[in-house]
Amino acid sequence: MRKLPLAWTVVLGAALRSAAAAEIPANVYESPEPARPAGRLDEIVFAKLSTLGVQPVLCSDAVFVRRAYLDLIGKLPTAQEAREFIENPTKGKRRELVDGLLERDEYADYWAMRWGDILRIKAEFPVNLWPNAAQAYHRWVRASIAENKPYDKFTRELLTSSGSNFRVGPVNFYRAVQNRTAEGIAMAVALALMGSRADGWPEERLQGMAVFFSQIGYKPTGEWKEEIVFWDPLRASATAGNTAPGRDAIGAVAQPAGAALESPALPPAAGGPKMAMFPDGTRIELPADRDPREVFADWLITPENPWLAKSIVNRVWAWLLGRGIIHEPDDIRADNPPSNPQLLAYLEEELVAGGYDLKQLCRLVVNSSTYQFSSVPRTSDPEALANFAVYPLRRLDAEVLIDAVNQVTGTSDLYTSAIPEPFTYIPRDMPAVAIADGSITSPFLALFGRPARATGMENERDNKPVPAQWLQMLNSSHIQNKLERGPNLRGIIASGRGPRRILEELYLTILSRKPSGEEIAAALAYGSAGEVNRPAGSARSVGEGRGSRFVGGRTRENWIDIAWALINSAEFLYRH
Amino acid sequence: MSLNETMARGPGVSRRAALRRGVQGAAGVLLAGGLASRLRAAEPGKTEPEAKAKSVIQIFLWGGMSHNDTWDPKPESGREYMGEFSAVIPTNVDGIQIGALFPQLARQADKYSLIRSMTHGNNGHETAAYLMQTGHAPGERLAYPSVGAVFALFKSRGYTGIIPPYVVLTKPQGRFSEEGFLGPKYKPFASGGDPNARRFEVEGVVARNISDDRQQARRGLLDTMNTMGRLMAASPQMTAAAEAREQAYELILGAGKEVFDLSKEEPELRDRYGRHTFGQECLVARRLVETGVPYVVINYPGGWDTHKGHFQTMRRQAPQLDQGLAMLLQDLSDHGLLETTIVWCCGEFGRGPKVDWQPPWNGGRNHYGKVFSVLVAGGGFKGGCVVGSSDERAEEVKQRPVYPVDLLGSIYKLAGIDCGARLPHPMGAEAYVLPAASEGAKSAGLLTEIM
Repeated sequence: MRKLPLAWTVVLGAALRSAAAAEIPANVYESPEPARPAGRLDEIVFAKLSTLGVQPVLCSDAVFVRRAYLDLIGKLPTAQEAREFIENPTKGKRRELVDGLLERDEYADYWAMRWGDILRIKAEFPVNLWPNAAQAYHRWVRASIAENKPYDKFTRELLTSSGSNFRVGPVNFYRAVQNRTAEGIAMAVALALMGSRADGWPEERLQGMAVFFSQIGYKPTGEWKEEIVFWDPLRASATAGNTAPGRDAIGAVAQPAGAALESPALPPAAGGPKMAMFPDGTRIELPADRDPREVFADWLITPENPWLAKSIVNRVWAWLLGRGIIHEPDDIRADNPPSNPQLLAYLEEELVAGGYDLKQLCRLVVNSSTYQFSSVPRTSDPEALANFAVYPLRRLDAEVLIDAVNQVTGTSDLYTSAIPEPFTYIPRDMPAVAIADGSITSPFLALFGRPARATGMENERDNKPVPAQWLQMLNSSHIQNKLERGPNLRGIIASGRGPRRILEELYLTILSRKPSGEEIAAALAYGSAGEVNRPAGSARSVGEGRGSRFVGGRTRENWIDIAWALINSAEFLYRH
Repeated sequence: MSLNETMARGPGVSRRAALRRGVQGAAGVLLAGGLASRLRAAEPGKTEPEAKAKSVIQIFLWGGMSHNDTWDPKPESGREYMGEFSAVIPTNVDGIQIGALFPQLARQADKYSLIRSMTHGNNGHETAAYLMQTGHAPGERLAYPSVGAVFALFKSRGYTGIIPPYVVLTKPQGRFSEEGFLGPKYKPFASGGDPNARRFEVEGVVARNISDDRQQARRGLLDTMNTMGRLMAASPQMTAAAEAREQAYELILGAGKEVFDLSKEEPELRDRYGRHTFGQECLVARRLVETGVPYVVINYPGGWDTHKGHFQTMRRQAPQLDQGLAMLLQDLSDHGLLETTIVWCCGEFGRGPKVDWQPPWNGGRNHYGKVFSVLVAGGGFKGGCVVGSSDERAEEVKQRPVYPVDLLGSIYKLAGIDCGARLPHPMGAEAYVLPAASEGAKSAGLLTEIM
């Protein structure tokens, strides 16, 4: 029993009925195997879906290989990798693929990029970490991911480290906050590690939590922009009139001259015992001999803690499946319930039982039938969508998209930071996903919604389509040059193979699958129809007479147009 | 008091009246409507219907142009200050003199006013550029949108052109993200290319070596090959993508690109603008404004960050600025567009009025935000006036400071944008077009003396 709007029923019904004929599009994307629960996770999801009247469908191998690469390592499979996977007859090949991807270096690059957004790794405005510190911070995050550091340990290190911002990466957590008051830091902790927006909390809860972060000191060293972050119970590093500890009293210029003098208040008196309150309402008197950040971290990472596991499993789920079980994934609160509470609870239990192993969590999710559902919509019922009845379409993130274009064409982009001087340039062979510092950028990344890393919010990354992005993809010299000059494409087009082989290689390279018969016919019709598709003068204008050379019955220009159409297709631009 | 420190008499403004307004402004009496109170919740996307200014052309002299070499000369301050440019010239307005590097602007002085007391005291490129184009202090919690993005937001309802509402010629500044928290939709559209080249290749609009026939053929091909796009055409994601793509194609294949086609102008007119990138950018800006684009930025091709080689750079660049800007004012006026178009021109700060003769500068000028000059014209700004003054060495504000909120507030006011209107923040944070005095923003009042 499917719950479908009539129009969909007709279209899909027709598509599915004739699925035996190999050229029907849906068949390219879907598996003939019926979707069955592959474990406890699936049982919970399937049970929910059956109450909603939805019978899900599994994605094809070609869709899976592309999806798993994009979601686990942030890049496309090469033509070779895609072909091998699709042609591999082994039964458990999806599972094998996932295990392999989790061990690749790009896994750490990609997940460090995600964490970079959450932890606000950025040298310049607005968080102003400074380049060396941003690099140190990123290096620690990336190394933690690469070694699969248990998440409770990661959390504790992040919250309790002390030392130089250039040498001890995690101390930058406390520097990467625009509002460096105790409340501001408490809000950053709540957002990043508890998935909760503390601006909606009762005042008392935030104040109680802020006490744990009221003894953080920052002091400069002889090294330019080096700063030591440390436990400063005596508030020795506090500056009168500076409401944002650890920051120069900026605004000496931008703010009224009298302001610094009018607010002489030092932060509350040092020393004595203080009452703090955990977000669950438990009050505690801070011991005088312990860094209160440790007291808080130890509370946060106890397995019974209601926040930590819930927040991370929900976040990882959202990164893999496009939306949180609680959505948005950083908006956990009592009146924003999970779409499937059982599912969330199950994932939490698994995470804690598995020793906070995040790779294991990824494995659990990606190997589920639920993750492997088709993206072809079978319903527009919001409740079914919130229960993961289909894998949702999402435009590739800015970094992932440009890396994919560069991989396909064999080209690279220049990433720079114009501040501070001297300018920073990143080696040409570094993919955008691996860039440590949010200040190092390119016009493309900015245009396609790479986040400013100002707030640490998930929705700071903006993947909504705007016309200027299409101008860039459809018609810019930036992309056109890659298509015309990229050595990879050139190699495929000038390989001397027949047109069908060239086309298959283009499809595997760009869309990670082989073309259907219909697509072959459509592509090969382009350029062979004569004058219409071979505009007068264009052969000359491409330069060096390349346009006039015929390859497989078409001009080189025709082949470039075919590649152009494929990188502008929804299938290339979207996770699906 | 030397002549050029005196508030020059402009049409319709007596010196006394101007001074009086200045004084009242300083006392905060004339603080922008809306700045003082936050009571009204103005709607973005809406501007006052009777607003004079329909469009803005902002010429941004990034790097920071010297003020005493140009529009606030102090010939008596000597070589230590004036270096190689000691000569001043009269303008077509009695009592206003400017540096001798600007003979053509001198003949247009009745069309613009000079603010000689612009001040914010910030000497960092990014922070000063942010201050000058958002009005907000760089240390604030949020990353505010630039004035161009705010125009794009407020003018979006009345503007139906196919060219994006906020255009940058030719490269974005890259100093801060101009759209701020408003998101990519309000990013400036950067033209790329060079309008002085044989063909102005506007990035994404006019592609090299791709004929219209081939564009059409490609578009058809994309429709055929977009298998998944067709299969899922009804999904909200695909609908949104298709809508944006249609808009892009209106520019690529529609009339949009003709606006950028300078071959439609008389060669003689192009010569008068100057056959250099900046001159032709000014001409493109006029064409954009003519079609109704609300906000155009020309990021000066070259930059004015003349720590070293200052005098050589000035000698090379100033004549082009002079030619292009003077012709722009003349041409806007000839087309009847100056009345509805604000032109403003300045850098993020001025440059040290005292020349640094020591190594490594060897005759350079360094960053200077304490006082510098701004040129404003059109759209309701009066011409032929000087606002405020600097001291005898152009080192301090002497009369009538003008702060970023005063300048931007005046531009917003003339365009009918409420400075106190709330900006839509994606996370619902409280944010307004300009900061209020209560938020610590310094203000000496709107530029009512020239409005």
